[in-house]
Amino acid sequence: MSALPQNQQHDQQHPQAEQTAGAFRLGRRRFLGFVMGGATLVAAADLGLAEPAAARIPTGPQPAELYDLNDALTDSCRPTANLITVTVHEDGTASFALPRAEVGQGITTSTAMLIAEELDLPLEKVRVTLAPARPELLFNQLTGGSNTTISTYTPIRVAAAIAKGALLDAAAIVLGDSVELLESKNGVVTAPDGSSVTYGELAARAGSPTTRAVEVELKDTAEFAVIGTPRNRVDALAAVTGRKEFTTDLDVTGALPTMVCRAPTLNGTPQRVRNRGRVLAMPGVTHVVSVDTGVAVRARTFGQCIDAVRALDVEWNPGSVAGEDDASVLAGLRAAEIPLPSVPANPLAKTVEADITFYFRSNSPMDTNSAIADVRPDRAEVWAGLKSPIVAQQRIAEALGLPDAAVTVNVVTAGGSFGRRLFFDGALEAAKISQKMGKPVKLMWHRADDARVGRAHPMATSRIRATYIGNEVLTFTQSHTSIETDFRHGLGEILTARAADLPAGLGNLGFAETIFGLTQEIPYDFGAVTQTLTESDDRFNTGSMRNIYSPDVRAAAELVVDRLARAMGKDAYEFRRSFLRNKRVRTVLETVAKEGHWGRVMPAGTAQGIAIHKEYKGASAALVEIDCRPRTVDRDIRDAVTGPRVTKVTFAIDAGLVVNPRGLEAQMQGGINDAIALALTSSLHLDDGHFLEASWDNYFYTRQWNTPPIVNVVVVPSESGQPGGAGEAGVAATFAAVACAYARATGTDPTYFPVNHRDPLAFRPKPTVPPIPQSPTNGLKLTY
Amino acid sequence: MPRQTFVLNGKTVSVNVADDVRLLWVIRDLLGVTGPKYGCGINVCKACTSHINGKAFNPCAVPVGQLDPTDTVTTIEGLPKEVPAGERGEHGLHPMQEAWLNRDVPQCGYCQPGQIMAAVALVKKVRREGREVTEADLDTIRNICRCGTYTRIREAIREGAEQM
Repeated sequence: MSALPQNQQHDQQHPQAEQTAGAFRLGRRRFLGFVMGGATLVAAADLGLAEPAAARIPTGPQPAELYDLNDALTDSCRPTANLITVTVHEDGTASFALPRAEVGQGITTSTAMLIAEELDLPLEKVRVTLAPARPELLFNQLTGGSNTTISTYTPIRVAAAIAKGALLDAAAIVLGDSVELLESKNGVVTAPDGSSVTYGELAARAGSPTTRAVEVELKDTAEFAVIGTPRNRVDALAAVTGRKEFTTDLDVTGALPTMVCRAPTLNGTPQRVRNRGRVLAMPGVTHVVSVDTGVAVRARTFGQCIDAVRALDVEWNPGSVAGEDDASVLAGLRAAEIPLPSVPANPLAKTVEADITFYFRSNSPMDTNSAIADVRPDRAEVWAGLKSPIVAQQRIAEALGLPDAAVTVNVVTAGGSFGRRLFFDGALEAAKISQKMGKPVKLMWHRADDARVGRAHPMATSRIRATYIGNEVLTFTQSHTSIETDFRHGLGEILTARAADLPAGLGNLGFAETIFGLTQEIPYDFGAVTQTLTESDDRFNTGSMRNIYSPDVRAAAELVVDRLARAMGKDAYEFRRSFLRNKRVRTVLETVAKEGHWGRVMPAGTAQGIAIHKEYKGASAALVEIDCRPRTVDRDIRDAVTGPRVTKVTFAIDAGLVVNPRGLEAQMQGGINDAIALALTSSLHLDDGHFLEASWDNYFYTRQWNTPPIVNVVVVPSESGQPGGAGEAGVAATFAAVACAYARATGTDPTYFPVNHRDPLAFRPKPTVPPIPQSPTNGLKLTY
Repeated sequence: MPRQTFVLNGKTVSVNVADDVRLLWVIRDLLGVTGPKYGCGINVCKACTSHINGKAFNPCAVPVGQLDPTDTVTTIEGLPKEVPAGERGEHGLHPMQEAWLNRDVPQCGYCQPGQIMAAVALVKKVRREGREVTEADLDTIRNICRCGTYTRIREAIREGAEQM
């Protein structure tokens, strides 16, 4: 392998990163991989084989322009010389265990497409499963930052291409022809004389008695027949027939339903159970134990767990924010704000300012925190939807007092994540409960727990000061101040997780500021641009929520862009277009303006809003139309926030090289609904040390009566040959556009989001003792 | 302990459990039929939407003791057999499920069994009222999808209704 470096001139701007991965990279499309020793064909590639994505961290004005979070995540994968494998089976199928978590974003489908492409195998013959925790992968088993396709695009294709090469070699012997003359298509190798042999027949022959290194050349993008074509999800059939299994659907022997009774204040801890005997005697109940997070009950059915949780009489220690409410937490944030830097004393300069508050929001998915744990004296096995399974395994082993290797952590397909499953709160809790009960448990959080105690997007303020003279913007300063965003999952394993867990939040702040710095960017020519992050207060259960800082930071910035345009007498679209310095962003902006008919005449009380975003190696823009007229805002729907309705969204995205356009469109549509919720309806209210929202009729995520009747997603052809991220890219530009449209339609300058947060509560808060509501009994009266 | 008997997806089932246990847990925890999902337990999220005697309902809000032995409960697993074989689509499924596949609706998929069961009942309901599904009807659907697949759900319901 020492003879290889002369092929690497194209990478010389990235010498450090190339040292390890470069050993396997022989040219632009030529790579080295392995045929593994074994009974059937197993082809492997180093997972560190990502494209070196960008130049080194520059000293220039905005790091995210040249080296963004995805470069950090991708480069963090490089040193792990560990292999991913594509196996070809005798039934003619290929299988691959993806070291990432499928949570709805579609990566099992896009991964199967990559394999189908290089292997010349029909998509339905590729099976992608989720790999359990593989500690040897170190940094390379974290699902986050919309990084999966960016970091796995090359290595997965290399493994599949090596498999095809081995199949062709084996076919040459069987068919008695030379490899160059053979053609592989749809899982069949055909010789010029028409004789053929299937992959299934070749699988064992193509296997190798020993592991050997082989070179392979990937397809040129011009040859792609699968990548870039719209495909339906590989798990859709399972989903629509009810066969798709989530954690609570798994049948693990002896793992009975288990739930936890939690404190009336956030993160309160149990002191004493006053009626343990009585609850143990309730129908179906098998165990009642105290753990650090509450009192766990195990029963024959979840219904009996609910009864038992509600019956428990527990004395509690106060939680981490006892007595606090929205106002006191906001006051704390205000105290943590640093003064905006003073602007040059130019007497002719005019100033535009904004100061916007973003309240707590929940990233609770439909499938609540759930996990199955079977802890024995000498070993443990856990099943859960986990985006950082390695650190989960390490932390669980630590909590149980077992060696890491004695803990098996299985990654289960999750019913949504939105950032929630970067953490493993349910898995850790289930393991502790199982250990204490000495029985396998199937833990499920009640919806009320998931909303109130689960992780949240932290409250934040964003202050902006911009100055201008005539037609020039001189300065643009944004100071974002937030309750701490918890990144203690590190980069998915315990070394960086420990670094993030240094005392006094110092370690976490380093992570937070790094992620902020690597994701945030103002792509306008606005003179001296600075964006800073200050975080304080680590008492809440927080974490990344879909798109982390970007929706809030971008919404505040784009509102100020609108205000600047207004102050300078310019059209909001033309102003953006003239100041954008990035061609890809300008293209998506022009696309939505044209497709969405920017500037069309709208009735009073309705308006358009337009905004851009740049992240995940792509660019996006949204043009929305909103209806804020009373007859729309005041629609009568029970237990609902109707509010202003976004009536139309035109969204354009340049996501680089797109693997599955239909999946990309789906992710944008979902992100649009998230953005509308962030702007108009959904937030958590803190009162007396506890969040009030305990139901989907309290936490008002977008519903059918809020969703836009017209959504048009345009995937813009990209000049970039590199894949971008999709899972989060729909949120920021749409939130900003809805905020701008709302401001324009109402003639106001909003100072907080969501816009309904300070309205009288649209629901009657559920009690905190007992902590979960009883199920109703009137279901048969409500049929339709 | 009382013996509970009802018809589930075309078969009579019997199980020993107290009257007040909600049907959702009987179906999921005791009978192992997992298509209907838990999302709230208080008849809000509608992830467990199934059919009883042909109408949509939420088993999280029905004590099993309220069922009669002749009550017919259909979950997503039994939906295809609610239409004659000739009306099933290329995957052998109910036209609404086929429309869901054709529009590639699911993302995480957790809420989709409930969405489909609700959609079928909605179409039948408006047909009983002598009309077709309107935008206003679609706005009344309460089933949550936290992935935000609402756009494709609306497309799929219109498409599925045409085949029903």
